[in-house]
Amino acid sequence: MKEDYLVLENLTKVFGSGKNTVTAVDNVNLRVRKGELVTLLGPSGCGKTTTLRMIAGFEFPTSGKIFIEDKEISTVPPSQRPTTMVFQNYALFPHMTVFENIAYGLRIRREAEKNIREKTEKIINLVGLKGLSERSPAHLSGGQQQRVSLARSLIMEPKVLLLDEPLSNLDAKLRVSTRLEIRKLQQRVGITSVYVTHDQEEAMTLSDRVVIMNTGKIQQIGTPQEIYAHPVNYFVADFIGKANFLEGRVVGMISKNKVEVDVKNKKYEVFTLKDSFSEGEKIFLLIRPESIELENKKPNALTGIVRQLIYLGSRMIYEIEVDKDHLTVEITNPQEHKTFSPGEEVSINFKKKSLHIIPYEEI
Amino acid sequence: MKKLISIFSGIPLHLVIITIALIWILPSVGLLITSFRSSADVATSGWWTVLQHPFNFTCYTLENYREVIIRIGIGKAFWNTLLITIPATIIPILIASFAAYAFAWMDFPGRRLLFVILVGLLVVPLQMTMIPILRVFNKLGLAGTFPGIWFAHTGYGLPLIIYLLYNFISGLPSELFDSCSIDGATPFQIFKKLVIPLSLPALASVTIFQFLWVWNDLLVALVYLGGTPDVAPLTVRISALVGSYGQDWELLTAAAFVSMILPLSLFLGLQRYFVKGILAGSVKG
Repeated sequence: MKEDYLVLENLTKVFGSGKNTVTAVDNVNLRVRKGELVTLLGPSGCGKTTTLRMIAGFEFPTSGKIFIEDKEISTVPPSQRPTTMVFQNYALFPHMTVFENIAYGLRIRREAEKNIREKTEKIINLVGLKGLSERSPAHLSGGQQQRVSLARSLIMEPKVLLLDEPLSNLDAKLRVSTRLEIRKLQQRVGITSVYVTHDQEEAMTLSDRVVIMNTGKIQQIGTPQEIYAHPVNYFVADFIGKANFLEGRVVGMISKNKVEVDVKNKKYEVFTLKDSFSEGEKIFLLIRPESIELENKKPNALTGIVRQLIYLGSRMIYEIEVDKDHLTVEITNPQEHKTFSPGEEVSINFKKKSLHIIPYEEI
Repeated sequence: MKKLISIFSGIPLHLVIITIALIWILPSVGLLITSFRSSADVATSGWWTVLQHPFNFTCYTLENYREVIIRIGIGKAFWNTLLITIPATIIPILIASFAAYAFAWMDFPGRRLLFVILVGLLVVPLQMTMIPILRVFNKLGLAGTFPGIWFAHTGYGLPLIIYLLYNFISGLPSELFDSCSIDGATPFQIFKKLVIPLSLPALASVTIFQFLWVWNDLLVALVYLGGTPDVAPLTVRISALVGSYGQDWELLTAAAFVSMILPLSLFLGLQRYFVKGILAGSVKG
């Protein structure tokens, strides 16, 4: 089992004072294993960047501790921490060439010139910038600038690499190709990394584990599969991918991790990671749009009325009205399925393995 | 056709601009020509008579320049002005660049209050400070010395230079500083390797401002240096010439152009930084 390499313990950051107090990070606890890439994901203002900046040392925690390899670094200045950061705006020095930008940190450390040259050339090849050493940042594309920024961080051989939305300034296509490169590089080098983004797809693609944050608090930590299939609350379920929520009640536990629920007077068996539910407890049944099948209306089935359909080529999106609720249904390969028209009544089937329940909350 | 119309429609505007420029430059041209004419010619005819035969070089003489530079002592005054202006430019720029960086990017107690006081100093009239400072200079033995006037110009120039440089330096992206500090750079290393190279346009423009201000200064030099020929700068010597050679226009104009030549060359050579400097102050302020 990999040991905990980076530990955040009861980390809190409060800005301002008196009536103008803002708790940006609220009692965050996180353990990152060596070589892992963990993504802090959440909407703007959720505290993910503040958390990252505390790990880097640009902000000191109001309370709590930060450890790297069991050594506390909570109030250590950034220059003395074993971390480097890749910034959203690359932070390249415009008056230096690619080579000088990458070698900058080593020159500050006063390493031997021969070492600097060797290491810099090695890193330049590693990130795919061969032949561009003498260019200035202004003459590089966005993707190339990003790679220089990454190279400049990697050359310092940090214990923890921090990335603050490094792809947000790239166009969509470049973002997709660059994130795969970053992931491959991170795995090849084996460097422990903390990545911040608000892009779900980016988080799901890159990460070993995802930390969902909202209003300064951690909502859930898990692998992308765990987060998507077993969100712990409404916020996580709604934030990751598309989700349908139907109110219901717990009928009873069938066995450990299996519970029977009553939704719209229909009974469903749901697998759950939670150990026990109380009988009669109010819950939300979570069904992802791609986990719903539509058929011609059948007796005794859950039925609804088609209100809208949107054809997207490889997918058909239906909006179905079920009593006072609305379900979004996504049918892939629509040519292989019957197309229903607005106003038509349909039977709705849920794929059993894809059902999930979360605690009920007032929205 | 459209191109022809656009060319011809621009002609009246260009004519107006050229006319205004010619009117504006005419007095200076007149003074320049006068400075190359003999005293006899100046006494008997106007400078425009030269334009009838501009390439008749017998009308011109360098005697005026020889007179003012060597015999009247404008040459010595030129060197005095250089000895005053160069340190009085370098010293405040050096101090101001450190101060502006500290105000912009370092956190220390009283930073805001100090900056407010600094900006407040911009409104203090120079004339109000002269008597108290002269008293202090007299006690310290600095009155009538070059170090004294260097201190004076440094003090007078610092508030504005710090303010202009602060506006520019505070506009540099914060990630650059974060990136440097996470690489282990000290504040001085950040200042030397990052701030100075990136601030060259702003530094060039404040250097021009300060240089021109000190070069053209009369009042501060007169008060703190006095008028003795061994220390007097060009402005003081030329103002004295008006008294003693008030009727010798050819000498006055020659002296004036000797004083103009260096700042004019500096301005023409670095004018793009001058314009940038004006904008840097106005946009950030």
